[in-house]
Amino acid sequence: MTQAPERYMGGGLPRKEDPNLVTGRANWTDNIKLPGMVHLAMLRSPFARAKVTKLDVSGALERPGVVGAFTGQELADQWPGGVPCGAQVSDQQKTPFFPPLVTDEVRHVGDVVAVVVASDRYTAQDALEAIVVDYDPLPPVVNMEAALAEGAPLVHEDLGTNECFKYTAGVEGMDELFDAPDDTQQEGGGVRGPNVGGQGDTNEALRRADVVIKERYIQQRLLPTAIEPRAVVASPEPGHEGIVMYSSTQIPHLAKIVLSLSTGIPENQIRVVAPDVGGGFGSKLNVYREEIIAVVLAKKLGMPIKYVEDRSENYQATIHGRGQIQDIELAANSDGKILGLRVKLLDDMGAYLQLLTPAIAISGAALFPGVYNFENFAIEIKGVFTNLTPTDAYRGAGRPEACYAIERAMDSLAHELGMDPAEVRRRNFFEPFDEPTANPAGLEYDSFNLQGVLERAIELADYEALRQEQQRRRESGDPVQLGIGFSTYTEICGLGPSQALAGLGIGGAGWEAANVRMLVTGKVEVATGTSPHGQGHETSWSQIAADVLGVTPDDVDVIHGDTDAVPFGRDTYGSRSLAVGGIAVYHAANKVVEKGKKIAAHMLEASEDDIEFEGGRFSVAGSPDQNVTIQDVAGAAYLAASLPEGMEPVLNETSIYDPPNFTFPFGAHICVTEVDTETGKVKLRDYIAVDDCGPVINPTIVDGQLHGGLAQGIAQALYEGVVYDEEGNLVTASMVDYMIPGAPELPNFTLDRTVTPSPSNPLGVKGVGEAGTIGAPPAVINSIVDALSPLGVKHVDMPASPMRVWKAIQNAQGKQSGDRQIDASLGASGADIRQGR
Amino acid sequence: MIPVAFDYEVAESVDHAIELLGQYGDESKLLAGGHSLIPIMRLRLAAPSVLIDLGRLENLRYVRDGGDHLKIGALTRHRDLAFNDMVAEHCGIVGYTAGLLGDPSVQHRGTIGGTLSHGDASGDMPSVITALEGSIVIQGPNGERVVKAADFFQDYMVTDLGEQEVVTEVRVPKLGQNTGWSYKKFARRSQDWAMVGVAAVVERSNGSIGSARIALTAMGATPIRATSVEQALSGASPDAVVEAAQSADEGTSPASDAAASAEFRRHLARVWTQRAVEEALSR
Repeated sequence: MTQAPERYMGGGLPRKEDPNLVTGRANWTDNIKLPGMVHLAMLRSPFARAKVTKLDVSGALERPGVVGAFTGQELADQWPGGVPCGAQVSDQQKTPFFPPLVTDEVRHVGDVVAVVVASDRYTAQDALEAIVVDYDPLPPVVNMEAALAEGAPLVHEDLGTNECFKYTAGVEGMDELFDAPDDTQQEGGGVRGPNVGGQGDTNEALRRADVVIKERYIQQRLLPTAIEPRAVVASPEPGHEGIVMYSSTQIPHLAKIVLSLSTGIPENQIRVVAPDVGGGFGSKLNVYREEIIAVVLAKKLGMPIKYVEDRSENYQATIHGRGQIQDIELAANSDGKILGLRVKLLDDMGAYLQLLTPAIAISGAALFPGVYNFENFAIEIKGVFTNLTPTDAYRGAGRPEACYAIERAMDSLAHELGMDPAEVRRRNFFEPFDEPTANPAGLEYDSFNLQGVLERAIELADYEALRQEQQRRRESGDPVQLGIGFSTYTEICGLGPSQALAGLGIGGAGWEAANVRMLVTGKVEVATGTSPHGQGHETSWSQIAADVLGVTPDDVDVIHGDTDAVPFGRDTYGSRSLAVGGIAVYHAANKVVEKGKKIAAHMLEASEDDIEFEGGRFSVAGSPDQNVTIQDVAGAAYLAASLPEGMEPVLNETSIYDPPNFTFPFGAHICVTEVDTETGKVKLRDYIAVDDCGPVINPTIVDGQLHGGLAQGIAQALYEGVVYDEEGNLVTASMVDYMIPGAPELPNFTLDRTVTPSPSNPLGVKGVGEAGTIGAPPAVINSIVDALSPLGVKHVDMPASPMRVWKAIQNAQGKQSGDRQIDASLGASGADIRQGR
Repeated sequence: MIPVAFDYEVAESVDHAIELLGQYGDESKLLAGGHSLIPIMRLRLAAPSVLIDLGRLENLRYVRDGGDHLKIGALTRHRDLAFNDMVAEHCGIVGYTAGLLGDPSVQHRGTIGGTLSHGDASGDMPSVITALEGSIVIQGPNGERVVKAADFFQDYMVTDLGEQEVVTEVRVPKLGQNTGWSYKKFARRSQDWAMVGVAAVVERSNGSIGSARIALTAMGATPIRATSVEQALSGASPDAVVEAAQSADEGTSPASDAAASAEFRRHLARVWTQRAVEEALSR
């Protein structure tokens, strides 16, 4: 009898990655030392917008140890493609040329003017001071609404406008009810998203509504702040024509293509390796100018070159996240049923378009309706250039923005109607379903049971008792008030169906590749095109392969992050890895079993149809004693001494999996805050998150993803926010000023799960990497507003710093009407622009 | 985040440190725990050409009983103060505040003499020593002198310390049974500098307040005594605290920055003074 092995999927296997990480034996890019390696340093602009009138690097060349110093003029012919943007979200999108080194004008603080190559990093850094640059400073554009005004200075004069693109769906006549007049200078732009459509007639919905919630929300800019800053080593590959680039990147495979497009080096002469990568959160879903410069100079000088950014550069020059102004109108009847939703977004591009900059807001566009089933939806998005650091994907990338807007508006609706915020949600939820169902934007959600997650969260929170405590505190005039905030969310994961990605303006190719091979000794190698940077793929993919093949996870080695070792891949971002790459592993492993079955039948002299496979053994149906192990089969396949006629040797199977749909995890979060009304300080007392990401492969890893995601979502709500001054200088330029919370600032999270499998893939899995950052911000802000609503507070912008909360209380009490106050310091920009210094 | 090149000298004794200071002049900086100096060097906001490391002067790490006061060696680390029994018994506010400074790694490296010499008005310990009316022992080429805390902090990051002088000891009074204390630090994150801090040392006398000494953190260029609150509380009933605290920001000049406006800091100083005095009275 064969014994069924332990099933590994669903178990909290300790992460294979951790021993190296926690004992300092990880292989970071900065640990790479190649013979003859030299070091690169960047001369960065101190101005947000200025003409470069003189640039002389000769002083740097005189410094001992300096190998070279270069300007944009000298290297311009090395990067015909500049820093490529991979997104085209409308036919009229304006895509400026993005030079790795500027030639005449700097466009944000941190823009790169010149570079020095020297024998060590210190020498390179010091030599920057010997470069002479004269700047003619120009007035910068630091505010999105000002950027679109008549006569505004232009970030790119050759484009003739600061409007990068306009994207619309279902907007006919929409401006009639929005106060802000539209500029009609650029019509349409062509809606490219096949599943992102406006539906119905929002004008009519707003006219017949009993209540219209009209709000402006600000998505502040955020700094992704991976623990390992960006790092790159570029080297002429010994014995080859080409170049190898080691980089702390999420996207070795995409980088190989983008580097080729930028530099003209043939793609087959570029190898990209992502060694251990210390976090990315989307910020390493990019190919940066520094990588291109390193590659170009390594080739030009014939030497390995290392560049490691410091934290100051990380904050100035790595992409920022978010940066949206959201004007929304939510129409509902007095029973709380939503009639329609309209959204107008301004999305801050920054000074240049990075890899996916214009696509970020678009990727969240169809999620503004959230988890609610109604009919009328319209959206307009304008991308705006500013003289600030470029924005791009940051954990959630478009979805936290959408979730925040609808979830804040739902609370405002509940407040307006005097309804419980849980009840107004219940009344608009989709009924449970397990077959694709269209949302108001036409997006096909895969499976929901919203009632399950919300009721479980309410039970875990002991909601009734909390409301009673809140009432007691209100009645006693306690200076510390209790807040209870809800957020019920969904998100798009599993990027994605290639055709749909093409529709979003990002080319396509949402598939993922996996190769599963069994060696002669029976051990297993899984080569995956996903590129983990903290997610634990080595562990989870081992669990999947182990269960399919009937081996143990220790028998499986997962290979990733090297375009030579794994030739095809689409890398890791957008909570795609499990639902796409994990499924590719699953399919490839099943192909191994299928081939193994044929060989086993040959070995056991039985018909293939009679072969059963269980627990790592192939046996003949009805004669369990007649069996061979998969290791025996792997050995036979390798030796090929006796194989079925015409069969190729070796168990070595590849799957390239293109998913039929995205996946849509969902959840209900409840945040309990204690708000000190005298100081504005918010204490998180409890945070309950009930998430449904389908069946879980490794619960420990999923819990970890939620802990980290919640921390980052809470950070956006309470702590983090980029501040610029009016000159475009980054005020929050260090970790002293940019408030990343630590463990002391966070509560013990109460996590629970329900399981609603996705119909889109055979494992039913969905994705969980961004759930926390999406669910948390509205739950926290809703909680604060809930605590303060008796004082007349209707909204507090993020991050809800003590001063902002205190001001909201002051404003609410100073104005009997309780009109919503927009924090003046936020001005009209996604970035927080401070007046004066 | 890459400092300018500098030379490094090790002081073998306080006299040797003074001699090195004389030799290198204002191009040099004393290095104690390094958790204030090194970060500003990495940002190139400071670029001393020589660091004189005091780290090996083990004889400056101590807490001793001085009769009516405690003597604390200048190189005593925050962590050692936070867990020192003599400090806990006689002057708990010093140990408590040492435990609030930065994060554990800062506390394990940073020293009391270093944080006082740095003279940052957002630092917590300067206000605490000011409220305690402690004193600072300084050694220079001409011998030793003792300076009152009130005279030591002169301006933003400017102290009474001369170019060739070294802080060697901090003296704080033993607080009697009838004296309660509180240090209230308002910060967004646990490891942050204080947005506002209030140190209160309050002596109880027959059910009323005998005297109160209150010093404010981050409300001006130096620690500032809330003198009008102190006067209002002298001999007053505990019921007077709420009213008295309303004048806590009198005579202060807080800055406006990304963390808080001057107006908000003034408001916090009033709220926090009330809460600090109330806490001191209950302790």
